[in-house]
Amino acid sequence: MILPVVLAAVYSFFNWNGLGPLERFIGFDNYARALTDPLFLKSIGNNFTIVGLSLLIQGPLAIIVALLLNRRMRGRTIIRAAIFVPYVLAEVIAGLSWKLLLSPRGGVNAFLESIGLGDLAQPWLAQPDTALWVMFGILTWKYLGFAILLMLAGLQGVPEELSEAAAIDGASWWKIQWHITIPLLGPTIRIWAFLSIIGSIQLFDMVWVTTKGGPVGATSTMATYMIQYGQGNPGYGSAVAVILFLISLVIAVLYQRHAMRRDLGTSDARGDD
Amino acid sequence: MNRARIIRVGAIAAASALTIGGLTACSAGGGGNDDGTVTITWWHNATTDPQQGMWEDVAAEFEKDHPGVKVEVTGYQNEDLQRTLIPNALQSGDAPDIFMVWPGGEVRSQADAGYLMDLTDVMSDTISEYGGTVKPWQVDGKQYAIPYTFGIEGFWYNKDLFKAAGIDELPETLPELEDANKKLRAAGTTPIAVGAGDLWPAGHWWYQFALAACSTDTLQKAIPALDFSDPCWVEAGELLQDFVATNPFQDGFLATSGQQGADSSAGLVANGNAAMELMGAWNAGQIGSLTPDATVPEWLGWFPMVSVPGTAGDPTITMGGGDGFGISKDAPKEAVELLKYIASEDVQKRFAETGAGIPAHPGAIDSLTDPSLKSIAEGLAGSSYVQLWLDSDLGPSFGNPLNQAIVNLMAGSGTPEDVVKALEDTAAAL
Repeated sequence: MILPVVLAAVYSFFNWNGLGPLERFIGFDNYARALTDPLFLKSIGNNFTIVGLSLLIQGPLAIIVALLLNRRMRGRTIIRAAIFVPYVLAEVIAGLSWKLLLSPRGGVNAFLESIGLGDLAQPWLAQPDTALWVMFGILTWKYLGFAILLMLAGLQGVPEELSEAAAIDGASWWKIQWHITIPLLGPTIRIWAFLSIIGSIQLFDMVWVTTKGGPVGATSTMATYMIQYGQGNPGYGSAVAVILFLISLVIAVLYQRHAMRRDLGTSDARGDD
Repeated sequence: MNRARIIRVGAIAAASALTIGGLTACSAGGGGNDDGTVTITWWHNATTDPQQGMWEDVAAEFEKDHPGVKVEVTGYQNEDLQRTLIPNALQSGDAPDIFMVWPGGEVRSQADAGYLMDLTDVMSDTISEYGGTVKPWQVDGKQYAIPYTFGIEGFWYNKDLFKAAGIDELPETLPELEDANKKLRAAGTTPIAVGAGDLWPAGHWWYQFALAACSTDTLQKAIPALDFSDPCWVEAGELLQDFVATNPFQDGFLATSGQQGADSSAGLVANGNAAMELMGAWNAGQIGSLTPDATVPEWLGWFPMVSVPGTAGDPTITMGGGDGFGISKDAPKEAVELLKYIASEDVQKRFAETGAGIPAHPGAIDSLTDPSLKSIAEGLAGSSYVQLWLDSDLGPSFGNPLNQAIVNLMAGSGTPEDVVKALEDTAAAL
């Protein structure tokens, strides 16, 4: 596990085309080049935009759906299954399907035209100003099921007695959720947020399959940038990989220290320090 | 850590990583066996017939004529071969004996690292038979590989759609092309498909305009020297910018891929949704594979890139590229004999007959039967100078930064100067 990280760190200090010995030591030049490349900076920005949107939109959405699905209602099993299907699909298959559906001559535009909304038809993934939002939509479609599943699992751990007692005291359903269920769901939400943040920072497959980071870098992420610019220049690609690794590591450590501290047992917390 | 130590640690680390790479490279590299026989390994990029079958036949024939020699021939997907398998095998010291070598900057980086056998003397007869087509595989005057196919870029077009739009004569100049585009639009057809989502197909448009804007002399001096100070490099971007403004491409071309599926640029042409595509000599097969019945359509034709009036470029200059085979420096001498056979006029004629591409041997051109390939061969023969694909010629580090800057220009978010700056920045970081 450690060896590839160490190797990448070594390569990243060399100007190396992948052939011949590592001879040209250039210190931090690869890092300086990456951190001054507007496209790489934009890629970092895109990663953090996805992080923010995931936390602000996917999280609350997943909680609401999970709360609704946690009640006894007709067709609950079917709805649960339907929501979870995208998560089970392989990333490449889902990505290719969306790519075809969203292409200018694809299914989405054909559907809009057939219901008389032809004016709304557009090359969804081909416009720099819509591509990232559409990408986020695809990611939400893909990963919302997983978030809901986590939340549903968390809800199983919330004792029913508490909400029953509150109901007897006359609290409304929404009040019960807000004051009792959601606070007790805290550990689950924090774990989900952690997975979501790390997943968004390392986002690659879906973007690579649908847009390769285009158009004009609109959906470029650190990982797609690394693949594109590391080709023919593994030293530079390694520097990008190290930056990506450090960003993930810092976020993971900070998050575990601060947000997830109470979720980890006291002994774990001590071991952490 | 001082520098020597870092290098030592790096070398050990790299060596251990590459040992693993070498193990997975399925024991490449032949040589003398204990029982006196010789095994030659040969890696190429043909994964479909007819070409794959033909290379296997060639290997079997060679084995028959040379008792005691065994040839292990394997085809791999092109990009895997070029970017992963061959670099790893070379690094591990267990390289195949004969393998694909790409021209320009690619062959230069392998030759500079000392992996390739110098063929200048051992294959001098073959080299003189081939003439000018071997030049892109030379480094500092030494021959490091022999091409088996070489073609130039031009427009692949739909004859039926051209006729329906009332285009009677094929465009030869940029204004004539723009005029044809107008007629096609008026007939409700998308004039040109471009796979800008893959970057390089869009890059080729700028390369072609650079060939128009720059004199041959400038090209020949600027590329080896990586000196892009001549104003013609900016002019190339301006020409492209003006051309994009005439709306020649399909809707959403920024996200279109080049070769995969019916919505790719090749797919749009294959299914009659666009009238032309600017592409290399391999495109007939590509378009053929994307038609409903998976055959090269009858209506597919080819004409050369248009010239641009009022520019410094020589209108008879063309751009293209090819594939070649080189020999590992430690390969047995039988590998040289095998490459001589692969490069022989006879094998090249058979290659031409399969229609897989344009042979590199001038004596084999007459064996071409496919009409489009024939017109490409004529275009090649009439070229005053063939510029190698600019990204290949510049070297592996240039492709992405250059092509991305070109796509930015086509999207309206970059300037002609930005493209030149991308070239200069990449050159500065070499």
